[in-house]
Amino acid sequence: MGKKKTLTGALLVAATLTVAGCGGGGAASGETAKSPADPADASGTIKVLTHRTDLVQNGTMDKYAAEFNKTYPKVKVEFEALTDYEGEVKIRMNTDDYGDVLMIPAAVAKNDYPKFFAPLGSAAELADTYRFSDKTTVGKKVYGIAQFGTANGFVYNKAVWRKAGVSEPPATPREFLAALKAVRAKTDALPYYTNFKDAWPLTAWSNNIGSVTCDAEATDKLAGAVSPWKRGGELHTIDSLLHDIVKGGLSEKDPSTTNWEASKGLIAEGKVATMQLGSWAITQLRDAAVKADTDPDDIGFMPFPVRKDGKHCAVLASDYQQAVNAHSSHKTAARAWIDWFTEKSGYSAKEGAVPTLRSAPMPSTLKDFVDNDVTFLERSEAKTGEVNTIDNAAEIGLNKPDYRQKLVDLARGAQQGSLDDYFADLDKRWNQAAGTAGS
Amino acid sequence: MTETTETPPVAPAKVPRAAVPPRTGRGGRLPRGLTPWLFLAVPLALLITFTYVPVGNMIFYSFTDWDGVSPDRRFTGVDNYEQIFTRPELFRVFFVSFYYLAASAVQIAIALYFATVLSFDLRFRNLFKGILFFPYLINGVAIGFVFLYFFQDGGTLDSVLSWFGAGSGHAWLGDPASANTSLAGVSVWRFTGLNFVLFLGAIQSIPAELYEAAQLDGATRRQQFRHIIAPSIRPVISLSVILAISGSLAVFEIPYIMTGGATGTTTFVIQTVKLAFQFNKTGLASAAAVVLLLIILLITWIQRRLVPDEKVDLV
Repeated sequence: MGKKKTLTGALLVAATLTVAGCGGGGAASGETAKSPADPADASGTIKVLTHRTDLVQNGTMDKYAAEFNKTYPKVKVEFEALTDYEGEVKIRMNTDDYGDVLMIPAAVAKNDYPKFFAPLGSAAELADTYRFSDKTTVGKKVYGIAQFGTANGFVYNKAVWRKAGVSEPPATPREFLAALKAVRAKTDALPYYTNFKDAWPLTAWSNNIGSVTCDAEATDKLAGAVSPWKRGGELHTIDSLLHDIVKGGLSEKDPSTTNWEASKGLIAEGKVATMQLGSWAITQLRDAAVKADTDPDDIGFMPFPVRKDGKHCAVLASDYQQAVNAHSSHKTAARAWIDWFTEKSGYSAKEGAVPTLRSAPMPSTLKDFVDNDVTFLERSEAKTGEVNTIDNAAEIGLNKPDYRQKLVDLARGAQQGSLDDYFADLDKRWNQAAGTAGS
Repeated sequence: MTETTETPPVAPAKVPRAAVPPRTGRGGRLPRGLTPWLFLAVPLALLITFTYVPVGNMIFYSFTDWDGVSPDRRFTGVDNYEQIFTRPELFRVFFVSFYYLAASAVQIAIALYFATVLSFDLRFRNLFKGILFFPYLINGVAIGFVFLYFFQDGGTLDSVLSWFGAGSGHAWLGDPASANTSLAGVSVWRFTGLNFVLFLGAIQSIPAELYEAAQLDGATRRQQFRHIIAPSIRPVISLSVILAISGSLAVFEIPYIMTGGATGTTTFVIQTVKLAFQFNKTGLASAAAVVLLLIILLITWIQRRLVPDEKVDLV
């Protein structure tokens, strides 16, 4: 009996503590993180949270910081690289201590930005200078500035595709499939690599939303009960292409044991012909080609195989957005770092990415797109918050791999079911969630 | 640093007190009942901080619609629980547990067999014990990675099979049935060692005279197992079964690392983790975790009812 009493007591204590512990963090002041008028105005030690563990470990970030200190001598920049960035930062955001500068984790709902981050200025002011600023605009104030953006498309090995006899970027999904079949017939290369096991490469397929209809507002249009997978819808076109590639046996035999790191070498050596990825990957694949002792210029980039009025379109999507912690006591210094890092560090050029600064030129990695007259569209993010709410409520995950993994499984017969039924089910879930999530 | 220099002057003041009989349980100023609590304070504090408070929090979250980050959360009553019990797809993943349950039966049988064999005098006995226990010592994440290569197309398993002319080119993790069987196989490989050690410990506590007497009476090894070993390690077997069932319901790391729950290998815990961290439904995920906890408690309770804890009396 005595033991039971003790346990009950402990549980009671625990319950009391629990209720007491649920106060939540302090309220944010809403004070704007202004750019310093004079470099001397910025001072203090700031901590920058980043997901680029590689750049922190090899000292690249410290070199940026040293360069930054030439202009802002009174600011000391410290980096904290997190391997599981999303997971760790999300949990830390329940406290006030999540660095001074951080990348906005995807888990934070857009409408909650003012509770966590300091505003950086008005939307009207920043939109002229920076691309992608509407992604973090809440109540006409901007809360984050993108590190850089990426265009989406297919990386391919030019030598392999030439050998297969395809020189023009395919204009329709049918032509694309025919090209992959030619690769299978005429070369030893695997036509397409899904990266199924590492899963995240499958999420990039969603970034083609907009490229199909050449509509920058395509993502916004998903907000509501719109059956995104209906015939003729963008997601129908995009996901059908993936389905047909796998169903046609044009992808790897055993997708469940793929390996992203190895896939870079495979495409560089011409063992794999094509992968669907963002333009950020081009630099990495070219590095892999240098390592594999093949020609880095063989790595090409082509747009999604759809033409609207004779032209290809490519949607530009933003990468992580840098924000200032609303609880930071060195907001000016933090803002100085963001400004400098975005505009002057040369980071986005080095990564071969689309610069956030409107005035900066397109990177050399997108030369294929520029040469082929691909129209760049900047993705509108006006309704991203609503779309994400529906997406989460439906448990589909447009930017998560699960539903596409199931798509691939259906296509290769590992799971029972037809594509049409699957699309119908997705539509149903989406529309139902749109009905409840709005309330 | 300054504090240490200040201590000496204070210390003498305590000397007269020290002359008083030392503070033992009987003569000190501490109430008699408090002493055990002093010893318990640290473990209890740890237990409460790291077990009961999180569990309490989890139960609290399960009644809200919290997304895991937002400072706001709304009470939604039993809505989350209602969802769990009204959405069949959330429960369907429990079928995957049957693969692991079947695997645990195999695992217990293997462990019991080897524990019995190795409890007798045998050449290289300790070496075999080491080999059997070794997999349990390896980190689960490492095991996941190792077996990923093992099951790869043209990986270790395929090459070994091809030596025997059975190179199937089968994608082991490629379809739900073989993927779940493969994953359950990994789990057997990993946890047999633990069961084995538990059984071996129990078997070795059986007095040697019993075997001697049995041998004099002409009992075979099989009869010795049937009438001496099995009854005397019954509590340990029953414990293993409880662990096996609760473990099968709560499988997580091996499938999460190896397949991420793809191709029909999602278990209840993986699904919960995905609800919480992919779809930001911390409230619903907490409710799922509470339900799993209750199911495991219930099963354990039923099992204790069916197989009561009886005292083993051999002599």
